[in-house]
Amino acid sequence: MSRQANRATDSKKMNSELFTLTYGALVTQLCKDYENDEEVNKQLDKMGYNIGVRLIEDFLARSSIGRCQDFRETADVIAKVAFKMYLGITPSVTNWSPAGDEFSLILENNPLVDFVELPDNHSTLIYSNLLCGVLRGALEMVQMAVDVKFAQDTLRGDSVTEIRMKFIKRIEENLPAGDE
Amino acid sequence: MEARFTRGKSAILERPLSRPKTEVSVSAFALLFSEVVQYCQSRVYSVSELQARLAELGQRVGASLLDVLVLREKNGKRETKVLNILLFIKVSVWRSLFGKEADKLEQANDDDKTYYIIEKEPLVNTYISVPKENSTLNCAAFTGGIIEAILTHSGFPAKVTVHWHKGTTLMIKFDEAVITRDKVLEGR
Repeated sequence: MSRQANRATDSKKMNSELFTLTYGALVTQLCKDYENDEEVNKQLDKMGYNIGVRLIEDFLARSSIGRCQDFRETADVIAKVAFKMYLGITPSVTNWSPAGDEFSLILENNPLVDFVELPDNHSTLIYSNLLCGVLRGALEMVQMAVDVKFAQDTLRGDSVTEIRMKFIKRIEENLPAGDE
Repeated sequence: MEARFTRGKSAILERPLSRPKTEVSVSAFALLFSEVVQYCQSRVYSVSELQARLAELGQRVGASLLDVLVLREKNGKRETKVLNILLFIKVSVWRSLFGKEADKLEQANDDDKTYYIIEKEPLVNTYISVPKENSTLNCAAFTGGIIEAILTHSGFPAKVTVHWHKGTTLMIKFDEAVITRDKVLEGR
C-alpha cells in the first residue's frame, strides 16, 4: 500500500468521521446483501483478516518494533502502539488468564461505533467484528495463531467494549511455495 | 417504554454534536476503503456497476453527514442558492471529510446546470492503482455519491458523475428545476 516515498515514520491522520461512516455504509450494505447476522459477522471477520494481513507490514515499517518476547508484550504493543497508531485510542489490557495465554482489551471509545445504534432485528450482529479479523490476520503474519472475539459490546448495552484474545499456538515458519 | 430508552443503550443521544477531536490514521482508512472496493467488485460485472455501487455507499455517508455538518458549520442555517451550496461543499464538507478545501470549483462554459469540482489527488484514490484493463475506473465515485446525497437532501437534486480529468473531476448536473428556481430567487 504505502509507497516508499510517503512512508513517513509518523502516519498521516484524518478526521475519524469519514472512516466511521464509511464503515457504517459497508456494514449496512452487508446487512442488505446477506440473509442473516451470522453471515455478516463472518464476512466482516474475513475482510478484517485481509486488512490485518496487509496492515502488519505497514505497522512494522512505521513502528520499528521488533519481535515480542512473550504474549504479554504482544498485548501491550497491540494496545499502546497499534490501536493508538491506527484508531487513535488506547485500550486497556486486563483480565489475564492464570496461564498468561488469554487477555482482554477494554475499549472505552470505539471509533467504529460513533453514530451507531443496533436496530432490534439485528440483535446478533457483531458490528465491530472487523477488528477481530484485523487482529487475527496481523498476528498470523508474525507466526501467532490467536482466537479473537467480542466478549462485551456497548452497542448491545454492555458498559464497555471488550475484545477477548486467546493465544493458540506459534505457527511454524514455512516459507510459502515460490517465495524466497 | 422501549428498552433502549431505559437501559441507557442510546448514550449516543446524550453526546454533544460539536466537532469531535478524534482522528484515525489514513492507512486505516485506506485499508478499509480497499476492502470496500474489493467487496463491491466481487458482486458486479462491469466498471460502471462498480462505480454505481461505490456511489451508493457514498450516498449513505453523505446522508448521515449532512445534518451534523449544517449544524456545526452553519449553525443550522440551510443554503438556498446554488452557488452557496456549492461553496459549502467545496469548503466545509471537503474540510471535514478530507482536511482541506477542494482544489477547484468551476462552472461549465456552455451549460448553466453543470458545475465541476476538481481535485488533483483525492484522498480515496491515494492508495489505489487502477488496473490497465479498467482504466476508466475511478473510485472517487464514492466521493461523488457523498456529494450527490448532500446536494439532493439539501433540496438541490443533482446527478454527480466522476471523470479522470485534471486529476479527478466530479461533474455535478443539477435538475432543470433547481436552476429555474435559482433564477427566480435571483430576480427578487
